[in-house]
Amino acid sequence: MTRIAPPPRGLPAWQEIPLGGIVAGPGNSHEYLTGSWRTRRPIHDPGKCTSCMICWLFCPDSAILVEEERVVGIDTGHCKGCGICARECPIEGAMVMAEGGSY
Amino acid sequence: MPRIVGLTGDGAAAEAMRQIDPDVVAAYPITPQTEIVERFAEFVAEGLVNTEFVAVESEHSALSACCGAAAAGARAITCTSSQGLALMHEILYIAAGNRLPMVLTNVNRTLSAPLNIHCDHSDSMGSRDSGWIQLYCENVQEVYDTVIQAVRIAEHPEVNLPVMLNLDGFVISHSMQPVELMDDAAVKEFVGPFRPVVDLLDFQNPIALGALVAPEFQFEHKYAQWRAMDSARGVIGEVGREFGEGTGRHYGLLDPYRLDDAAVVVVVMGSAAGTSRAVVDELRSSGVRAGLLRVRAFRPFPADEITAALEGREAVAVLDRAGTQGGEGGPLFTEVRAALYTRGVSLPVLGYIYGLGGRDVPPASLRRVFEHVRRAAATGKVDRAVNYLDLRGWK
Repeated sequence: MTRIAPPPRGLPAWQEIPLGGIVAGPGNSHEYLTGSWRTRRPIHDPGKCTSCMICWLFCPDSAILVEEERVVGIDTGHCKGCGICARECPIEGAMVMAEGGSY
Repeated sequence: MPRIVGLTGDGAAAEAMRQIDPDVVAAYPITPQTEIVERFAEFVAEGLVNTEFVAVESEHSALSACCGAAAAGARAITCTSSQGLALMHEILYIAAGNRLPMVLTNVNRTLSAPLNIHCDHSDSMGSRDSGWIQLYCENVQEVYDTVIQAVRIAEHPEVNLPVMLNLDGFVISHSMQPVELMDDAAVKEFVGPFRPVVDLLDFQNPIALGALVAPEFQFEHKYAQWRAMDSARGVIGEVGREFGEGTGRHYGLLDPYRLDDAAVVVVVMGSAAGTSRAVVDELRSSGVRAGLLRVRAFRPFPADEITAALEGREAVAVLDRAGTQGGEGGPLFTEVRAALYTRGVSLPVLGYIYGLGGRDVPPASLRRVFEHVRRAAATGKVDRAVNYLDLRGWK
């Protein structure tokens, strides 16, 4: 007998979602992971990076991780691999794109 | 005190809109709806309403403006016809999917081509799956009454959906009939204040509206919308009853006429029901147990109620003022037949497509339909499921 796969668990049922697809609170893009969209990935070299913050400013997904005013890496859960950070980076080799989405 | 005046269908819709005094009306004139916009623009110019009237450049913009207004917590009303409704098509789904209650009066006119300004239901049938509640009116009084009820149905907290009420172009929109009007205050009291559920201007509870929804959520959102449509089935009756308590004019999903002991029945929507009543009376006086089932609500489709009304009849004809190109018969016919089949009710059902592009439906035509239904009742068979009433060259 063929078994029909059960629906995915863990997501809210139709009764539990807000009316009309409204987004009822701020900041929820944190909850929606888009890292799997990547086909290319940025590689950050902390040795060359001057933390000029241009990549942080340009990243459309706020996926440049900053700690104590220093760029420390990429939020791989949200980075879509668009390459804007590498394109805008003024330092040779501080942020470069590599083929493939997985780190 | 209620007063009786002579009004056209368009005039009655405009009068109801004046009494409702909505926050926003955005509309674009199109034959045969033009008189509604003209009249309402006069009410605005004369200061008889507090409405913000948006004179837009197209129907697409008219409905978009209404969506914006409704999302900002305003009571919005628009009206259109035919090509105008077609131009609104994209935004119809947005109003329904974003759960924005509003009222649209659609004056039924055929869709081009061939270019024709007269009545059939091809315009609203093109929107039947857009998520709007659809009500079809039989006469001018019902147009007036339904505009007022539509506000309550749309804004009901269990519904929160837009309502499209339909009246037959020219047949109702330009025919003058006596209409009993409610007092302005009584209309105000009946519709009450608008308490929006989706409100972008509620700064205490900020929301984003119209955001992207991923495949993990789209289906659940659409299902919630379908369930709201199911709730509307009860709400239409509830609002129609309450309206009847105040006015003596009761409304529901269906409007049966001499149906109790009827053996042969015609099912129809819109103004052709009036002619059907006269033919039913005529047949009754000659001893034929004829009856009429007028369908007032097409969306949500009252499948259970229609089945209950038709069960045990000898034969039925379903009349559609629109076809489904490439489908089997008109939209009302296919859904009535499916409802009966699903509920195990087996009886001969004839489908008739009639009155396209304003073709008149005189009593003689309905007599022929009833004759055909009686033949089907006698034989228990459907010789032909899809028929074309008064079509030249069709045998």
